[in-house]
This record gives sequence, C-alpha cells and structure tokens, in this order.
Amino acid sequence: MSYSQEVNEPALKINKAVQKKRFTKKKLIPYLFILPSFLFIMGFLFYPIAMVFYYSVQHYDISAPYYNRFAGLENFVQIFTQDKLFFPSLLNSLKWVVSEVGLQLVFGMILALLLNQTFKFRGMIRAVAFVPWAISGVLASVMWSLMFNEHMGVLNDLLMKIGLINEPMAFLANTSTAFGAVVIAELWRGIPFFAITLLAGLQSIPNELYEAARVDGANRWKTFIYVTLPQLKNTIILTTLLRVVWEFNNVDLLFNLTGGGPAHSTTTLTMYIAELAVHGSNFGYGSALTVISFGILLVFAILYLRLSRYEKE
Amino acid sequence: MFSKNKKVDRLLTFYLPLTMMLSFTIFPVYWTLNTAFKPEGDIVQRPLQYLPINPTVENFAMAWNNVGFAVFMKNSLIVGISTVVVVLICSTLSGYALARFEFKGKRAFLLMLLCTQFIPRSMMIIPLFVIFKNLGLISNPLALIITYTAIEIPFTTILMSGFIKNVPKELEEAALIDGCTKLQSLRFVVFPLLLPGIVATAVFTFIYTWNEFLIALMLTNQQSKFTLPVGLSTMMGEFNVNYGALAAGSIIALVPAVILFAYAQKHLVNGMGGAVKG
Repeated sequence: MSYSQEVNEPALKINKAVQKKRFTKKKLIPYLFILPSFLFIMGFLFYPIAMVFYYSVQHYDISAPYYNRFAGLENFVQIFTQDKLFFPSLLNSLKWVVSEVGLQLVFGMILALLLNQTFKFRGMIRAVAFVPWAISGVLASVMWSLMFNEHMGVLNDLLMKIGLINEPMAFLANTSTAFGAVVIAELWRGIPFFAITLLAGLQSIPNELYEAARVDGANRWKTFIYVTLPQLKNTIILTTLLRVVWEFNNVDLLFNLTGGGPAHSTTTLTMYIAELAVHGSNFGYGSALTVISFGILLVFAILYLRLSRYEKE
Repeated sequence: MFSKNKKVDRLLTFYLPLTMMLSFTIFPVYWTLNTAFKPEGDIVQRPLQYLPINPTVENFAMAWNNVGFAVFMKNSLIVGISTVVVVLICSTLSGYALARFEFKGKRAFLLMLLCTQFIPRSMMIIPLFVIFKNLGLISNPLALIITYTAIEIPFTTILMSGFIKNVPKELEEAALIDGCTKLQSLRFVVFPLLLPGIVATAVFTFIYTWNEFLIALMLTNQQSKFTLPVGLSTMMGEFNVNYGALAAGSIIALVPAVILFAYAQKHLVNGMGGAVKG
C-alpha cells in the first residue's frame, strides 16, 4: 500500500498542477474575449463622462488656459442665477421631448398596426415606410429646408394653392412657426423607429388572444385597448424611455434647420450646450450644463421606470 | 351589400391612412430628387415645377467635383468601413463570451453595457475634443473611428450575443466530436449560421457612422477631412446656398445608406425586437 502511494503521489501532484493551469487558462478566456470591448467602453465612454464631471467644477476655458482653476460650484451658481438662456432652453427641451415622443408614439403605433396587416407588396412597402430611419439628421434637414424655403419651398406653394395662406412664409425664420416646423421634420425621421419596435412587439402577440377577443364580441377599438396595448406595455415603456433620452440629446435638425433661432425660440438645453462646445471655448461652463442635463435625465429615467411599473403586471 | 361595406371599411381604415403616411414619408425624398435634377435657374422659377422640365445632371457633377462630395464620400467610407471592422471583431468576441460562458462579473458587464445606452452622446463632445486634441488626433479619421466604435460596441455586443445564442450549442459540440478543432468549429459551423446577424450588425454600425453629425463636427476642423454630414451642414450654412448642388449632394449621401438599409431591414426588425425584449 505504502509503496503504491509513494509512487502515485508525485504523479497526482503533477496532474493537479496541469489541471489547475488548464483551469485558470480556461477561466481567463471569457475575460480576454470581453477585454477589447471593455477597454473601448472605459476609455472612450466612461472616462469622457468622468471628465465632464471634473470640468464642471473647474474654470476651464481653452482660449484662456492661464486662468484655469478650481471653481467649486461657481459654474452651477452662475447657471441658476444669472444665465438668461438656461430656463427658457430647459422649457424648450421639455416642449421638444414631449411633442416629439408623444407624436412619434401615436403615429408610429398607427403605422405599425397598418403594416402588421396582410396585403400585397408588404415587404416592399415596409421597407419604404422605414427608410427615414436610415436617413441622417443633416440629410433630413436639407430635405425639409428645401420644402420650408420661403422662395422656392413647395410647402408654401401647396398652402397657397389650397388657399390657407396668401403669401409665402419663412417658416424657419418666424418665431411662431420655427419650432413647429422643426418638430414636423424630426417627426418624419422619428416615426419609423417606433414603428419598427412596435411592429416587432405586435408580431410576438399570440393570435389566440385575438381569437378569444373576437369570440367575446369585442370590436376593433376594444381589442386594441384590452389586448394589444397591455401586450405591448413593456415595449412601449422601454421604447419611449430610450426615445426621451435620445430626443433630449438630439440636435441635428435644430442645429441645421434653425441653429437655435430665431431669437432662441428653438434653443433646447442640448442645443445650447452644442453651441457652447462648437462655437465657444468655455468648456467648464458647458460641462456644468451637461452635468445638469445628465442629472435631469437620470432622475427622469428612474422615476419613469418606477411609476410605469416596468415588467410588472 | 355586406361585401361592399367591408370594402369601404377597408378603404377608410387601411388604404387611406397607409397612403397618407407613405406620402408623408416619400414626399421629402421626391422633392429633393426633383430639385437635384433641375437646372439652377429653374429651381427658384415660379410657378414651381413639380417635375423637372429640363432635367439635367449638372448638379451632381457640380456637387461631386466642385463642392467636394467626392472627398466627403471618401472620408465617410474610410471612417465607416474601419469602424465596422473593429466593431465586428470586438462585439463578436464579447457577444460570444456573454452567450457561451459563465464567468464572474458577467452580470456587471451586462449592466455596464445597458448603462451606456443612457449616456447622452451630446454629453461627450467637450471631453472627446479635449482627449483627441491632447492625442493630436483632431481632423484625423482615427478619432472618429475610435469614438464610433466605443459608442456602437454596447448595442452590437447585445445584438451579437442574441444571434450567437440562437446558434445551438449542440452543433458546435457535434463538430468537436467529429474531430474539428475549436477554431474550425467556429469557422465552419458557427460563422455561416451567424452570417445574417453579422451582416445586420455591420449595416447597423455603418449607417450610424454614415449619419453621425455632432461628434464629427466637433472633432474635425479641416474641410478636406469632413464626412458627408459635416460637409452637407457646412454647405447649408453658406451665405449663397447652391440648392441644386445641395440637393444632388444629399442624394449622393442618401443612396448608400438606403440601399444597405433596404437590404438588411428585415433582420433589423427581428434584431430590434430581440434587443428590446431583452
């Protein structure tokens, strides 16, 4: 007995060492796989965000670097007490997000319900209906600026033909129409996103539910309210939340169609920050504004998920 | 009588609203095309021409040669294709790890990916400018490639892990039993089944880079390095806008994105559904 033990023990040890080595090597593989992604995300998503927080408590002006210093909460105090653009732009952001997400949800839902039916050339028509999703904000701005234009715009021509207006209007240069005009252009680009996600949701609703509703004698409207909507609840909550964040931050059309004007009537908070960043140099101040908008979005996201009872019946 | 009612009903609740929504979608594209094919004098002519009376391609030649769209297109292609390659490599690896391995920190990594979806892109323009200025990469396509890769990786990782989960693990194991090496089983079994997912991910990434505006504007200050959106935006902001060339340039920028989208949109609906449902 003792003889065999003596012989076997070293062999066992070697075996264990090999096993252990293999084990740790195998254990490392998933980490190696996620490493490149992890580094990109840390270095170029999280690190920049951390920098924003750091700069927000600094006087940081790239055109006057000698005066850079720690500023404490001075930027924030200035924003809340002296900045004449902050509260109006915040209000514009609210108007922008509510009208965009609300209208996109309604029209996206209508489009999804239509495209979910059976009809000829469905695949092709779906593709056409979704195309604006693939078109950039700048491109959409060009297209709509051609239509809104005072001198050569087709919209003026059409409205004059049906007698709604008597002379051409400069939709984008008028404080009473500019905001609405950009909202419509952005709506054009935004509806397909909702339609795509809602259509995906609609396709996963079991047909039996509709049959049961029909047996119970429910009409179209009742079926929609009591069958379709509850089934789509989680999709709607998540899509609208993502979209609120997205629209809050989206300035492509505002930047290119109106540039925040006329008279700041289309300056949202993000548009304000973009202006400061692109044309200004006071990055500390811009960062403080960014931190505030980040805070607003974070609080909103948490409240929204709580209040909407996401993933709960 | 009954069937006639049904037809009217179908007309009012289906064909009419669908036609209206499609017209709203198509009209701006049509009008841009219409403008692009008109000679410059005809564009501002009244009454407006709803079809170009003297169709011409001079606007396209102008946009391509004189305004610089050939250069913008080249820049956009360099940034787009490079980003797609890097994103595909990174997200296939991390997607595979998420789909096939159990490891400590997996949930934390997933949570991190989800958190990034709430990071406002516009928040990053100031720090990104400072980072790339310090690295000496302003007006260098590398700055955009790196940034876009970082922004796209979280979503594409989730997308890829979903596609990889759909490939049955048993197939992979069967290949190993049949004498394939691990790499061979990935190459000859998993990869072909994954191809539609990879294509969808690539298209999704490419369209994003093709269309992104604010970051490209912030990180580029030489006209010779402009991507298409920045070039178009600059042209729009000029004092004397050449509308014909602007419209033609838009069509040039539009075509690649729309073709790719039309090709991959079916996968996108499925992929999005998967991603939204979790």
